[in-house]
Amino acid sequence: MRFDSLLDSLGRTPLVGLPRLSPSPEVRLWAKLEDRNPTGSVKDRPAFWMIAKAEKEGLLAPGRTILEPTSGNTGISLAMVARLRGYAIVCVMPENTSAERRQLLEMWGARIIYSPAAGGSNEAVRVAKRLAEENPDWVMLYQYGNEANARAHYETTGPEVLEDLPSITHFVAGLGTTGTLMGVGRYLREQVPGVAVVAAEPRYGELVYGLRNIDEGFVPELYDESVLTTRYSVTSADALRRTRELLTQEGIFAGISTGCALHAALGMANKAVKAGERADIAFIVADGGWKYLSTGAYGGTLEEAEERLEGQLWA
Amino acid sequence: MAIEVRIPTILRNYTDGAKAVEGGGATLDQLFADLESRHPGLRGRLVDEKGLRRFVNVYLNDEDVRFLGGLETKVSDGDTVTVLPAVAGG
Repeated sequence: MRFDSLLDSLGRTPLVGLPRLSPSPEVRLWAKLEDRNPTGSVKDRPAFWMIAKAEKEGLLAPGRTILEPTSGNTGISLAMVARLRGYAIVCVMPENTSAERRQLLEMWGARIIYSPAAGGSNEAVRVAKRLAEENPDWVMLYQYGNEANARAHYETTGPEVLEDLPSITHFVAGLGTTGTLMGVGRYLREQVPGVAVVAAEPRYGELVYGLRNIDEGFVPELYDESVLTTRYSVTSADALRRTRELLTQEGIFAGISTGCALHAALGMANKAVKAGERADIAFIVADGGWKYLSTGAYGGTLEEAEERLEGQLWA
Repeated sequence: MAIEVRIPTILRNYTDGAKAVEGGGATLDQLFADLESRHPGLRGRLVDEKGLRRFVNVYLNDEDVRFLGGLETKVSDGDTVTVLPAVAGG
């Protein structure tokens, strides 16, 4: 495949079967390898679409500064595009994220402002909103409320999945900004009657939920509950275990949020087996494992890995 | 009296610091009412007049109760109910 530039190669990622983890020939799991995008994560799609929209609307021009709250991948995608297009970028990132994320952001020239670990991404959003008020000339793309985030998936990821898997019965993805699930979910619901849209939400250590008040909670503006069939909360232990199973049984070296999605996908697979129904379950491999090597997720016992991950934002 | 309810850090002032408490009832609504009898004030942090509060997520055996039946979700002995504040990802 030939492209005019790296950005032109966005998307069209492989969908691969999981012959060993699938419970039977009638109940099959399929992994959408989003780590095969330009910066190595699914976030390249919303990042490119959000920037393109801002350019079209005249908000962005060379020399301008992008501001974004991000736990990593969105910032990395935005930083790469910003470098190519001549924008400066400021990322607000929780301090409890992996060292690799910081290194990658700096490599592409992003300036990082850290938000406190307690409260996780909620705090990053709060700090970014304050910075946006203080710096009215900065452009906050705001992935949590930018419709171009979900639209990127409605226009690209969704059609790709359906084209490769017309017999799809379930779509499973991690829940963060909710952009992937909203976009792909809406597209599939229009095209496939009865399709199940399943969210896998990371359950972190207590530090991340260390808000001062329950009313400081955060629900992304993009989130529309009616798009989902159901939503699972997946512990770090389950996510780690599945991330390792994917590696040892299928050879796929993925990040920890992929283990989270796989756990929910296997749950749906087991339900289908018990009900005696056929199922083709597609789930998103959001990124590769490279950015998480320093967290110790892949070595030692699961208990050790879980302990090392305590308090970290791994999705 | 054997449904385990996991309480997030910010609500443990209602449970004398306990990470988990036990309760009973046939539905989530009844379970919360039962908890209120021993942990006054807790229910009001989880539920308002419209149902579950916007920034509160409740999971029955890891599945979000909003997709099961909300406050009318059936619960039974041996279940685990987890309460968590809504947090951002991405």
